[in-house]
Amino acid sequence: MNNNELQSLISSWFPNPEANKVSEVIEVSETEEGSEGKVKVQESINPSLLEFTEEGSQFLNISVKPEHLHQLMSQLKTNSETNFDYLFCLSGVDWGEELGVVYHLESTTHRHIVVVKVKTKDRETPILDTIYDIWTTAEFHEREVFDFFGIKFNNHPNLKRLFLTEDWEGYPLRKDYVDEANMVIK
Amino acid sequence: MALREKNNKPNSLKTNNLELGTQNMKPETINSNFKSEEYQINMGPQHPATHGVLNLLLTIDGETIKKVEPDLGYIHRSIEKMCERDSYQQIVHLTDRMDYLSSNINNEAVCLAVENALELEIPERVKVIRTIIGELTRISSHCLWWGVMGMDVGALSTFFYGFRDREMLNDIFEETCGARLTMNYNVPGGLMLDIHPNFVKRVKKFVTHFKTKIPEYDRLLTENVIFQKRTKGVGVLSKEDAISFGVSGPVARASGYSCDVRKYHPYSALDKVTFNESLKTEGDTFARYQVRIQELWESLSIVEQLIDNIPEGEYRVKTNAVIKLPKGEFFQKVETARGEFCVYIISTGTKSPYRLKFRSPGFSNLSVLNHIAVGGKIGDLVAILATLDLVIPDIDR
Repeated sequence: MNNNELQSLISSWFPNPEANKVSEVIEVSETEEGSEGKVKVQESINPSLLEFTEEGSQFLNISVKPEHLHQLMSQLKTNSETNFDYLFCLSGVDWGEELGVVYHLESTTHRHIVVVKVKTKDRETPILDTIYDIWTTAEFHEREVFDFFGIKFNNHPNLKRLFLTEDWEGYPLRKDYVDEANMVIK
Repeated sequence: MALREKNNKPNSLKTNNLELGTQNMKPETINSNFKSEEYQINMGPQHPATHGVLNLLLTIDGETIKKVEPDLGYIHRSIEKMCERDSYQQIVHLTDRMDYLSSNINNEAVCLAVENALELEIPERVKVIRTIIGELTRISSHCLWWGVMGMDVGALSTFFYGFRDREMLNDIFEETCGARLTMNYNVPGGLMLDIHPNFVKRVKKFVTHFKTKIPEYDRLLTENVIFQKRTKGVGVLSKEDAISFGVSGPVARASGYSCDVRKYHPYSALDKVTFNESLKTEGDTFARYQVRIQELWESLSIVEQLIDNIPEGEYRVKTNAVIKLPKGEFFQKVETARGEFCVYIISTGTKSPYRLKFRSPGFSNLSVLNHIAVGGKIGDLVAILATLDLVIPDIDR
């Protein structure tokens, strides 16, 4: 499947309930407001709860809210048309205000690749769902993310520090981590 | 090895049971008297079979393994964090401190990612030389693995034969770029230097030499009955589990999972050569061994196809002294001697990456260890570790 086909299929799994409602409201208020305003509002409505982009990346990127993450991931794997059975890269990222995880998925039968991104604004106690039950490799990778970014994963079987010691304070790969003794800042 | 009792139960051997006398001791009585107890022992961090500072916490019952828990981080240097302050030229130097046996292929991965991001046109000469040296690196890595594999299962002499042939390659690398292990031969835009005038001659000599040596490897170790009994049926990994655990490289291909990045996402000059992906379906330790031996032949064949046809031209294209990648995300996969190595760069348009993730093959391959080692003996674990071919700095990064 190419990226466009993937996008239309995956977006149909998560229809946005707001999309129909808002367009009705606009039709009513059409006479009062100018036609320019109407077009702008309609463009901003996403028919799906997911966001898709190919900008600045060689793969199709899907942004998903934390509450839909597990459902999306399990559907990406089990659906026979997508069949993303190989999770080859799982990276924690600190985007400044948000923390999140980037999943790189490949299908060993169709050989297409997709990138799923999930972000959370909570920097104090960031929690995401584990996808360990879908791809076993996530167990180790999620422990690495927990170790370096402090993101907790619900239902993870063994969530403890992997590389660092248990009494280590802070999460070193976060952008606001400070260690004056060991870090050389240019 | 330090012994630690897991539960604090007193010794279950009761003295009054001993008074029964030997004539009444049926097998059941003996078993209830000598209850099996689980112990935890440390294998490593200084253990010859872990090939580096890896600590495995084994839960054992007698000699049967109940659980393997890797304890990592002894040589973690946080290379990913260091990359966030370094320039792209400097990052290349850090990558061969990860999987030092595939150092040239790691260098190539970062260079390819940067070159793709800058949309640089790389000369054919560079591509061919990179592929030749990449395959020679793979042979060199497999030579070391073969020597150590034999040593781990009790055949010390293989170590010397493996190192003898690897030495020829290291000499070629040294003449080409001045380093034997951490090569740093690739730079974004091409190669650090042109190849040495002797390069083609010496590589050809090595290929002829090594073709006579692989059959010797087979005679010495592959066909050895003791070796086969130590490895056949040990540590079986199914194809479904291999995919789910994210296993790649020779370990995955021994389980029948076709995953060679050189086939599916060819880079450099790999789209110009023909080679077979070595696949086995048994998934045991012996299959993993055979896949690597087969890969030696395939790598030799790739080198032979290219060595006579190195195109003339520039060995490097000019880049800016300060490389700034455009804003965006860049991804590059390569096949190292251990499996799929990925570089994931998030750039905000500055001279350093905002975030750089290395997906190392050893990390995922290690995660499968508990799954395939449970139920076996400690001796089997050593054989399994040998064919997983772990390089610890690659896992710890």
